[in-house]
Amino acid sequence: MFEIDKWQEIYSTVRKNKLRTFLTGFSVAWGIFMLIILLGSGAGLENGVKEQFKGGATNGVWISSGITSIQYKGLKIGRPIKFTNEDYKSIKTTVSGPDRISARLFLGNNLISYKNEYGSFFLSPCHPDYGFIKEVSMIQGRFLNNIDITEFRKVAVIGEKVKTALFKGTDTVAMGKYIKINGVLFKVVGIFRDFSRNDDEQKRVYIPISTAQRVFQGENVINQISFTTGDASSAEADLMIQKSRALLSKLHTFDVDDNRAVNIWNKNEEVRKFQALFAGIRMFIWIIGIGTIVAGVVGVSNIMMIVVKERTKEIGIRKSLGATPWSIVALIMQEAIIITSFAGYIGLVLGVGLLELISKKVPASEFFRNPEADFSIAVMATVLLVFAGAIAGFFPAMRAAKVKPVEALRDE
Amino acid sequence: MIKIKQIHKSYVTGQNSLHVLKGIDLEIGAGEMISIMGASGSGKSTLLNILGILDDYDSGEYLLNGLFINKLSERKSAHLRNQMIGFVFQSFNLVSFKNAMENVALPLYYQNVPRKKRNLIAMEYLERMGLQEWAHHLPNELSGGQKQRVAIARALIGKPKVILADEPTGALDSKTSLEVMDILQEINSTGITVIIVTHEHDIAMRTKKTIRITDGNITEIVVN
Repeated sequence: MFEIDKWQEIYSTVRKNKLRTFLTGFSVAWGIFMLIILLGSGAGLENGVKEQFKGGATNGVWISSGITSIQYKGLKIGRPIKFTNEDYKSIKTTVSGPDRISARLFLGNNLISYKNEYGSFFLSPCHPDYGFIKEVSMIQGRFLNNIDITEFRKVAVIGEKVKTALFKGTDTVAMGKYIKINGVLFKVVGIFRDFSRNDDEQKRVYIPISTAQRVFQGENVINQISFTTGDASSAEADLMIQKSRALLSKLHTFDVDDNRAVNIWNKNEEVRKFQALFAGIRMFIWIIGIGTIVAGVVGVSNIMMIVVKERTKEIGIRKSLGATPWSIVALIMQEAIIITSFAGYIGLVLGVGLLELISKKVPASEFFRNPEADFSIAVMATVLLVFAGAIAGFFPAMRAAKVKPVEALRDE
Repeated sequence: MIKIKQIHKSYVTGQNSLHVLKGIDLEIGAGEMISIMGASGSGKSTLLNILGILDDYDSGEYLLNGLFINKLSERKSAHLRNQMIGFVFQSFNLVSFKNAMENVALPLYYQNVPRKKRNLIAMEYLERMGLQEWAHHLPNELSGGQKQRVAIARALIGKPKVILADEPTGALDSKTSLEVMDILQEINSTGITVIIVTHEHDIAMRTKKTIRITDGNITEIVVN
């Protein structure tokens, strides 16, 4: 069945019937090409939005203090709420569920210098758990630890970009060096990288919140409490948020429903929204993709039936010269399989090529980056089309092979 | 070579049955050259198709070279056609997308002769037909006479025992008809049995024996 001669026979037939070959192959190549572009665009869209969520645990919750907007127990609107270390401690001890928890103090941009190099960087005092909540990755040294907090150590964990800005020339080693933050010396104990798309988050300096309160503030105020919800379900996470809110409203005497007294940002909720959106988009893509494949299958079947019809006379001639029915079926089927496989491969290459070109030439935007197609799906679709073409060719080929040569030769 | 006894053949189309061959008895020896004549619808082509194992018959007996031919498997009959019989048709029946050489070589493809070898043999046969210069032309670039000579070369390449020609000159002018008949006579002189279906009297006259069929019966056998 696989002698070289048979392949040569098929090759010569294919070569001399270019239009027929093209038509058979085109619907397959086009179907696969479209499927890949479709899958790739969907993936690009999804990757683009996913990128937005980088730099911070997807199960993170950030609670910031705000200003009251509802009258409550005779207290007027517009009263600022101030969180303190006590709030952090009560949430940590009374609300069950949070996995990692940290308080944060907002000190804004500060002048930070090392020897003659200086710059303005965002100072972010926090607890050690914030490293997990923000998902920073350490490239050197360590993040803050509990001893830093309890002993009010003057240590700093600096962003990669802070390091390159301050440590230049011959003095490029940052670890263990002392940098000056608002005139106070802090020892660099770690350098981190943040995968957030926001460039500013690379230009941060994390210091122990206890030290910051003592050195720069002189009180126990904090601006934000954030925690991760661990493996909790979304309902459980909502419950944690609800409990935290109720606790804070009791401690600071504001209406539980006052959304502006505390601002709560639940990242998981945003992620869920987009997940629902992408589930929809993905379904849409699948429906269109399956439609494309079905159109391809119909196209291939159609052409195969026409091909067999067109070749009836040739089949009659071949039979009169001694072709067995099986050799006729094999000839048509092998030709169909070769054409559709090859065309499918071309569609695959063109589709993947275009996606590659797009991801290289088109700059990644907020909503589109790295279009990529699931290769196994594309290969499966090709196999499906090849199979469909073979099946579509098989029955007419069987019929044609069974026809008595005299009947096949008769028409003209 | 060919022995048929009481061959009957009907074509059934829906309710109607057309009795085409009504008990044909015929014996053709090896190396004979005979013509079958008759009006259209007389059954002469049907008889030729049965002789060529292109069609079945309903009852009777057909012995080809001592082999009983009846309701053979497609595989077996394909093999027999390939080994024993060469066909020449009125409409040439060349494969349109193959050139002359490839058309001639086609029977050898089904004998599993390697491509190079069969193309070489095909060239030999084309040379015998005086067509070596046309070997790489497609059928639609050839004249009717040339096409028929290609078809004859193709019929001969499998070294058949019998050549069956169905109106081989039907689509040719008188001059090329004569040329084709010369070739067929020459083939017969090498010992191959030649059976020609025709309705042209002067073509029939070039064969050694003419069998006349009327309404599905042999009515006359004339030795020319």
